[in-house]
Amino acid sequence: MNARIGHIASNTFREAVRDRVLYNLIAFAVLLSGAAILVGQISIDIEKLVVINLGLTAVSLFGIVIAIFIGIGLVSKEIEKRTLYTVLSRPVRRWEFIVGKFFGLAGTLVVNTFFMAIGVFAALFYVAHKFVRADALILIALYFIVLEFLIICSLALLFSSFSSPLLSAVFAFSLFVIGSFAEDLRGFAGMAHGLTRWLATGAAYLVPNFSAFNVISSIAHEQPVAAQLIWHNTLYALFYAAMALSGAVLIFEHRNLK
Amino acid sequence: MKQRRKTSIVAGACLVFCLAASAVTLHGTDQLRPQGTLEDVLFITSPKVLKRASLGYDGLLADIYWTRVVQYFGFRHHNHSLSYNLLAPLLEITTHLDPHLVVAYQFGASFLAPAPPSGAGQPERAIQLMEYGIQNNPDNWHLYYDLGFVYYMNLKDYKKAADAFARGSKVPNAHPFLRLLAAQMAEHAGEFDTARMMWTATYQNSQDKLIRQNAVEHLRSLRVDEDVTNLQEAVTHFGERMGRLPVSMSELAAAEGLPGVPVDPDRHPYKLMPDGRVEVGVPDDFSFATRGLPPGYKPVTKFHDLQP
Amino acid sequence: MPAIEILGFEKTYMVGFWRKRPKCALSPLHLTVRDGEIFGFLGPNGAGKTTTLKLLMGLVFPTAGSARLLGQEWTDPRVKAQIGFLPEQPYFYDHLTAHELLNYYAQLSGVPGKERSRRVEAMLQRVGLPEVKGVQLRKFSKGMLQRVGIAQAILHDPKLVFFDEPMSGLDPMGRREVRDLMEQLKHEGKTVFFSTHILSDAEALCDRVAIIHKGELRGVGAVEDLTSSVQGKVEVIWQGTQVPTSMKALGAECHVTGDTVRAIISESQQDAAIDALRRERLRLISIVPVRTSLEAYFVEKLQRAETTAGRMA
Repeated sequence: MNARIGHIASNTFREAVRDRVLYNLIAFAVLLSGAAILVGQISIDIEKLVVINLGLTAVSLFGIVIAIFIGIGLVSKEIEKRTLYTVLSRPVRRWEFIVGKFFGLAGTLVVNTFFMAIGVFAALFYVAHKFVRADALILIALYFIVLEFLIICSLALLFSSFSSPLLSAVFAFSLFVIGSFAEDLRGFAGMAHGLTRWLATGAAYLVPNFSAFNVISSIAHEQPVAAQLIWHNTLYALFYAAMALSGAVLIFEHRNLK
Repeated sequence: MKQRRKTSIVAGACLVFCLAASAVTLHGTDQLRPQGTLEDVLFITSPKVLKRASLGYDGLLADIYWTRVVQYFGFRHHNHSLSYNLLAPLLEITTHLDPHLVVAYQFGASFLAPAPPSGAGQPERAIQLMEYGIQNNPDNWHLYYDLGFVYYMNLKDYKKAADAFARGSKVPNAHPFLRLLAAQMAEHAGEFDTARMMWTATYQNSQDKLIRQNAVEHLRSLRVDEDVTNLQEAVTHFGERMGRLPVSMSELAAAEGLPGVPVDPDRHPYKLMPDGRVEVGVPDDFSFATRGLPPGYKPVTKFHDLQP
Repeated sequence: MPAIEILGFEKTYMVGFWRKRPKCALSPLHLTVRDGEIFGFLGPNGAGKTTTLKLLMGLVFPTAGSARLLGQEWTDPRVKAQIGFLPEQPYFYDHLTAHELLNYYAQLSGVPGKERSRRVEAMLQRVGLPEVKGVQLRKFSKGMLQRVGIAQAILHDPKLVFFDEPMSGLDPMGRREVRDLMEQLKHEGKTVFFSTHILSDAEALCDRVAIIHKGELRGVGAVEDLTSSVQGKVEVIWQGTQVPTSMKALGAECHVTGDTVRAIISESQQDAAIDALRRERLRLISIVPVRTSLEAYFVEKLQRAETTAGRMA
């Protein structure tokens, strides 16, 4: 990989860590240990279910909030504070900057998710006192969550490349919500006719589709995940993130930095 | 400058390619699940839990679940599925999230109670749903009507049906025919007339496309049933008078003083079989007809407009 | 080979939300800066100095025109390895230390790994920030940030340096140091292009200056050329409320303010004026050559532009 992209990525990561992003881990740890102790005491045969559901949902939500709130500022904040001027006046191409920022944020989230995953497994061990084979499925759910983060990061970055942080946050968050109901949107499209149908289908394929990424509940019930789904989701996340990044590069490449 | 153009071209190409590739992948992901849009496992089956989880946005969530109901039923119906095991839970979730969504109860009455393939074959669940609806919307006479309808059509429980219609007739602004229906239930005479009246009422009292279409199908089939019954009587009458069966429908029509060869609602003439049975021209066109069908015929329901 | 050749740079922004109308930020600008000189880019705030620098840095794209830096196309990444840039009121990543920041910039500029930490240390010494290890930039004062900004601009040993308002935010000592630093850079054979609205800085430092106002170039030349017309005058200030007739006889234009009097006379009459004041027992406060000559030129240029614009309108 291009060395400059690596430098930009590692600087982004360092900024995020110094900005106390990882403090969310404390909140996460409190939430999870509290829940584990609580369900451990009431013992109603669903402790594992609760810990897995709650833990993975928290991993997902914490990560999405971080992805959006850091992602939206990645480009616009650098423009606003003019830190970008000193970067782009060096032999750094604009696309390298965007791609570097993306990897920096994605790296932050991966590290963050790694620590949260340890927390989930620890809480699980606390309530179940042992690990079983089916617990490996949690890794798949975590992997899907990380894939979801990649998509959100790329979208936040895309919006950040042309819009203000507040608007970017609104856009990114709306797309996250819409994306979670993307399947319903495709269903609607299938029921419509004529032009509406074309537009709705187009929109349904353009917005990110998160429905297939959410396997938390099925994993909590120890339902296996099809190997094909893992492949499909991986490819989808990579393609989608690459698409949003290309859009960000296209916009940023032509932007006048006032 | 050249550099910038090159980057733009590459990024543009990458964008188009990735968009196409993501759409293809997504399409592939959809294919992975045999039932298309909805999995056959509802993980959160408790409406109460869902209501809490909706964080106060239960209205919106109810609407989303309502569209899922329609999609689920439409999709399965289109595929002539024989099981609709998610229909009842989906409807229950929808109505718990929004207890005033009357169309969901009506949908339940129309499609939860009838036997497959036209419904889920769960009249008890339908009745539960209707009672829940009445409990939350006691002033809506449509719901009493639908309840009585299920008792009458699907359970043939005329007493309970009469009771439901009678309860409904006491609601302010209730349609006058509820009282009439209550009376007719008591006699349960003139089956065709009652049925026709009820399906007509269903048609008139609903805005839902599926429910109305279903009512029309039933009315058309009722008309066939009635025609076939009458024609069969005429054949018997002809036989008694002439000592033989009529050779053709036109002979029968002439002998019985009918204005021409009798036709079904689609203007197809009824057929007279060599053994004296009267048959409908195209049985597939009348999904709910019970008479005038070839021996061993299995009905197939169709909802043309639901086909994607 | 000139260090900078600006070939008709022009920038028009579209302003307004709904009905966009063009606003000209820079009229076609032609400018050549020679290799090895300190070039001052003068103009009041909002004249188009920063726009020109942003165009040169590739931060903003010109509506028309192009430029060559060190003989190459100005957007070429290879050129950028050889130039340094200090933006106006620089601001950096809050949570980094000065060492980390400079190290990051050195990486981006392609300074080899072995040399980096030595270079960073030397730079911080050079800009007068030796004791900042482990301090995050958000704790830096404005003046310290300006110094960090200068350090990052010259960190990778560029041949051509752009400074946008390098003196702003600095105390008198700091201004002095920056002036010295720019002279050193010149001695090292580098070309320095800096913008300012403070004339004395330009006068003291520049080989040549350009004056820009409302996006248009008003004049270019060596400082001596621009100021020679008003040379040979001195300003005499003494305590008092009246002008002695002997001073009037010298042909001085005098202004009385409070209990001081200011008179401008030609340099040749300096001794006569001192004698006259001594005779009248008036207390002399100062006698200095007129230093505001570039300012006079500047003001005159701007005023002429205003009246032309007024006549046109």
